[in-house]
Amino acid sequence: MSPLLLADLTVFTLALLVGFEVISKVPATLHTPLMSGANAIHGVVIVGVMLLAASVSGIGGYVLLAVAAFCAAMNVTGGYVVTDRMLTMFRSRS
Amino acid sequence: MSGFDTVVHLVYLACAVCFVIGLHQMNAPATARQGNRISAAGMAVAILTTAIVLGHNRSVSAGAVVALAIGAFAGGTAGLIAARRVKMTAMPQLVSLFNAVGGGAAALIALGDRAASTQAAVTGVLDVAIGALTFTGSLVASGKLAGRIPGRPLTVPFGRQISAGLAVLAIALGVWFVAASDAPPILLAGVAVAALAAGVLLTLPIGGADMPVVISLLNACTGTAVAMAGFVLESTPLIIAGGLVGAAGAILTKLMADAMNRPIIAIIAGGYGTGDAVTVSAGTTSAPVREITADDAAIQLAYAGKVVIVPGYGLAAAQAQHEAVALAEALAQRGVEVTYAIHPVAGRMPGHMNVLLAEANAPYPQLRDLEESNPEFARTDVVLVVGANDVTNPAARRPGNPVSGMPILDVDKARSVIVLKRSLGHGYAGIDNELYTDPRTAMLFADAKAGLAALLSGLHAYAS
Repeated sequence: MSPLLLADLTVFTLALLVGFEVISKVPATLHTPLMSGANAIHGVVIVGVMLLAASVSGIGGYVLLAVAAFCAAMNVTGGYVVTDRMLTMFRSRS
Repeated sequence: MSGFDTVVHLVYLACAVCFVIGLHQMNAPATARQGNRISAAGMAVAILTTAIVLGHNRSVSAGAVVALAIGAFAGGTAGLIAARRVKMTAMPQLVSLFNAVGGGAAALIALGDRAASTQAAVTGVLDVAIGALTFTGSLVASGKLAGRIPGRPLTVPFGRQISAGLAVLAIALGVWFVAASDAPPILLAGVAVAALAAGVLLTLPIGGADMPVVISLLNACTGTAVAMAGFVLESTPLIIAGGLVGAAGAILTKLMADAMNRPIIAIIAGGYGTGDAVTVSAGTTSAPVREITADDAAIQLAYAGKVVIVPGYGLAAAQAQHEAVALAEALAQRGVEVTYAIHPVAGRMPGHMNVLLAEANAPYPQLRDLEESNPEFARTDVVLVVGANDVTNPAARRPGNPVSGMPILDVDKARSVIVLKRSLGHGYAGIDNELYTDPRTAMLFADAKAGLAALLSGLHAYAS
């Protein structure tokens, strides 16, 4: 294993543990916004699609890139907007 | 590492911190919205930074820029419109759809990345397999939640054998791809095709009641796929965000499975709720059921000291949350103490019922979960069950039936129970609910929306 892969693996494991620790305290009331908010966070895949743009070529590569960008952009914008809409409903009360 | 790269890494780190803080603030309704905005701000900075990196490196061809821009603009617009227009009752299928496209994008990254090194081969195969499986699995789940695909378990002949075959095929192709020094990319495409088919076959046989578990699990899978894409691209923000989401999905999956007292493996195996393996204990079917009119029920509610409303799937399906809250408000104005008892799997995704009631302006302190509600039932005068079934079945306390051991709301401990339901039909577990034949229970047969409206007008007519 390369040092880079080991470093990535360390980051991944710690992210999982931080995730478990942070999320296990969320009350049942907020489970839907939590899932939807987490859904928006994995929209970070758009960053990956942008990085991919540096290594594709040819018509096939461009089509694949456009489809991936479509999916990722839909995930990230829709995810945040829908979560925000849900949370507006919780906010107006004490 | 150049100064530019260092700054980029530090900015990405700050974005990851925003994601963690954002999730942390989801702990309380008061801070949740701000948390989501912090997370969104982190995301915006991450996207902007990546755009700057691409411009700085000048490594992207004009064609790729155009493809990226067109795809991102169209996808972003579609997501925005869908998110703005969706009704709260249709939320689960939309969240599931966003989950599908996230998984699909993650799979496409590994398929498109020709520059993958050997260390990226393993994670590339995992990314393609998990991402593709999540893509079709979430699409099927979304279709089931939207009612476009029947919610009942659909079994394909030899479905499990075919799924197992596809899994073996995907693993074989994956191992070949990893082991061969100059493996053709077509192998990776083969993994994708096998995983796409497996996603459909695995989700079709899962019944509608298990959907909260399934979409939590698919959410965890997308998180993992995105993290794997991060390994392929050596991109830390993807790895961190993917890990966070993977953990969130895993926790929700476990909570939901516990709330139904069913092992996750059994849920994935599917076929639950078909009704053919049902054993009905003798006598219950013939026991008399007491019926009540809406007006009588309204009077009973009006003169109660404490009323607990138990909303279930029927309320969500009939979109009757506004009527339920209107009735609760009218009762509260008469001095009746009203709360809602919400089972963890009420609705069709984790916490869905809370969102629906919050949309209808139900006061947050009145929304009680299972643990808070159960001790209250003994001092409750009337429980109004609206379209909930299995989660109130006292048979769950006895072994030997499909709901055994499932945590239930102890509504039968209350002085009286009114069940608002369209018929005596079975819930997902496919068994009779012993609550309905309890002498203290009265049945009000109506659609949730119409029934609650009738109760409210009865309240105004006879008890004002």
